Amino acid sequence: MIRPIATTREATGMPTGRLAVWWVIASEIVIFGGVLGSYIMHRLGHPEWANQSVHTNTWAGAFNTFVLLTSSLCAVLAHQAAEAKDGKKAAKFLMFTVLGGLVFLIVKSFEWSHEIHAGYTLTSNTFWSFYYTAAGLHGLHVIAGMIIMLFVAADARHNRELQRVENIGIYWHFVDVVWIFLFPLLYIAK
Amino acid sequence: MSAEAHAHGHADGHGHHGHGHHDEGFIKKYLWSTDHKMIGFQYMFTGMAMALLGGFTVYAFRMQLAFPGISVPGYGRVTATDYNALVTTHGSVMIFWVAMPVLIAALGNYLIPLMIGCDDMVFPRLNRLSYQIFLISAIVLIASFYVDGGAFGGAWTSYPPLSAKAEFSLTPKGSTLWLLAVALEFVAFLLGGINFVTTVMNSRAPGMKMFDVPIVVWMIIIASILFMASVGPLVAGAVMLLFDQQLGTGFFDPAKGGDPVLWQHLFWFFGHPEVYVVLLPAMGIVAEIITVFSRKKLFAYKTVLYTAIGTGVLSFFVWAHHQFIAGIDPRMANIFSVTTLLISIPVAEMCFVYIATLYGGSIRLTTPMLWALAFIGEFLLGGVTGIFLGASGADIYFHDTYFVIAHFHYTFFPIAFIAVFAAVTYWFPKMFGKHMNDTLGKMHFWGTIISFNFIFIPLFVLGARGDHRRIYDYRHFPDLMKPGMQDLRILATVALLVLLAFQVVFLANFIYSLFKGRKAEANPWNANTLEWHAPSPPPHGNFPEGLPTVHRGPYEYSHPDRQDDFWPQHLAGDARSAQS
Repeated sequence: MIRPIATTREATGMPTGRLAVWWVIASEIVIFGGVLGSYIMHRLGHPEWANQSVHTNTWAGAFNTFVLLTSSLCAVLAHQAAEAKDGKKAAKFLMFTVLGGLVFLIVKSFEWSHEIHAGYTLTSNTFWSFYYTAAGLHGLHVIAGMIIMLFVAADARHNRELQRVENIGIYWHFVDVVWIFLFPLLYIAK
Repeated sequence: MSAEAHAHGHADGHGHHGHGHHDEGFIKKYLWSTDHKMIGFQYMFTGMAMALLGGFTVYAFRMQLAFPGISVPGYGRVTATDYNALVTTHGSVMIFWVAMPVLIAALGNYLIPLMIGCDDMVFPRLNRLSYQIFLISAIVLIASFYVDGGAFGGAWTSYPPLSAKAEFSLTPKGSTLWLLAVALEFVAFLLGGINFVTTVMNSRAPGMKMFDVPIVVWMIIIASILFMASVGPLVAGAVMLLFDQQLGTGFFDPAKGGDPVLWQHLFWFFGHPEVYVVLLPAMGIVAEIITVFSRKKLFAYKTVLYTAIGTGVLSFFVWAHHQFIAGIDPRMANIFSVTTLLISIPVAEMCFVYIATLYGGSIRLTTPMLWALAFIGEFLLGGVTGIFLGASGADIYFHDTYFVIAHFHYTFFPIAFIAVFAAVTYWFPKMFGKHMNDTLGKMHFWGTIISFNFIFIPLFVLGARGDHRRIYDYRHFPDLMKPGMQDLRILATVALLVLLAFQVVFLANFIYSLFKGRKAEANPWNANTLEWHAPSPPPHGNFPEGLPTVHRGPYEYSHPDRQDDFWPQHLAGDARSAQS
């Protein structure tokens, strides 16, 4: 397929790819907004859920917050390298970001297996239903971001499509910001 | 930007002559195409096929209501379970698989690149993917008829616990497939919407400023943004409902700490903006047609635009008027009554602006113009009856009666059918390079409009007399079998049969004109917008003489300094120097 002329136009002054990423994020915000809004309304009506949320592992959540924030820093460094047209360096930092995502998921899987063994499953209480649904939805976004990032890094290594480094970075920051909301709502609020 | 695209950009003057029609197989051209026009057709024909399904289901259950217990010709006896599945399918199909794909996806795909003067959408492959996901969603929905327990019967609003618990709905698999189909369809339209918005923001023809964009394009964009901003909570709700159905969570189950009204909030937070998601493109179509056939500038372009944006914003604050009897706080209901009545102001304003456009114009009563005028009249009736339902006091009595059904159809039939017929008859020459037959077109118009009113005016009367909706056999309810009530039901059903019969005229006209119609020139209606500058039908790449540049707004009709009564957007120069 030959790229249409439409794709190369920039009436807003913002490249089409980046503009589209912002719209993707706009549509994602309302999806997470729906989950979190429902959770907050329920939580306000059920103060007794605090007895459930004490069983979440706040330290594991805090560690994961740190991991995700660090991976976001790597995404910024990758963008900086891409701006300087250094595709190899950009790819390297993207791989660090992917590594951050991987660590996040590993910690998460230990956390969840521990909780499931302790009897706190998806169906045991609506707090846990929200806990697994919201964090699971977020986890899917982490996985999707990692997969896309591998493709972007593979291209960037050969100095191809370097503008995508910034685009996937924006998306990764968004995934990060969602976690910033999830962490206090699911872990800290007791 | 790849070097390839760059080189291609320089070849602008030759458009897409180099590639496109030659050596493309059937599959590549019709099923695997990335051309926005072909994807638009795919959406349109899929939508039309689904409309036949929606029409067939309404035929079956209306026959049951008018003549309870008979064996419906072509369907057989309608059982109570069938009845539930039929009404659910009718509602879901007509909204999600007819109105949405035809109004937004088909017309948006076809019109946006042509009307803003570029060669395709900015993400052609994403566009193709969007249609493919949509097609899968339609197949999943149809497949749900063939699983154990049959298709979902919990109404298109899918309220729990009916939708969440198999022991209530009796359709354990059908309800999950329904949910899956709707979710897939949302994904398809989210992808399409991002593509639309990005395309219009970034790829307008040089010289096309914000207020030079045709109203219909604006409307499709505002609708896409509304859809994007409202569907998220329902996507979240769909995940939660799916877990309730299949994994045993209790998001909507009070026994487990959940709340069934939460679903109603999530559903209607999407569901009410959705009304405007489909209304605005319909309003845009009407604006285009009314200006062309009254040969007059659109009255108050910016007012229409700001009004549409205002409608969009307000539409996020009215959803709870669907829940007045769901046990929400009466003080809350008051607030939602006020916002609901407020939203009738911008919509009425749009209608007034269109009437003002007609005033003093030289009106041509072509078939598309008849449809456009009918849209204003019929939609107005839908809007006015909405006042009764928006007022929380009156709604307590009207809720869940046929009054609601009649009101709803007086808004949605004009949107999903009258405006679509206006659009199809107006853009047919551009789409297929042929004129439609005008006599058949007018026959179809009058047959449809008259029978439409004969269906739904009786339903208003029935609803005001207390006729409850979603009832399988009224003979079990002596209160609803008072003298005359069954006669009105029969009248509505007979009118429906007439309406369905007249659609055969449309299909015949469509197919006949496609093959045997009079050949259409590039600009048969002497219209200004850019799509009429392209040949009919436009080739791959749209503008073989090079992509156009825009010099003025889209509605310069009957300019006093010009000999011609139209002034296409792409013509350079001032009024005197540029005679076409």
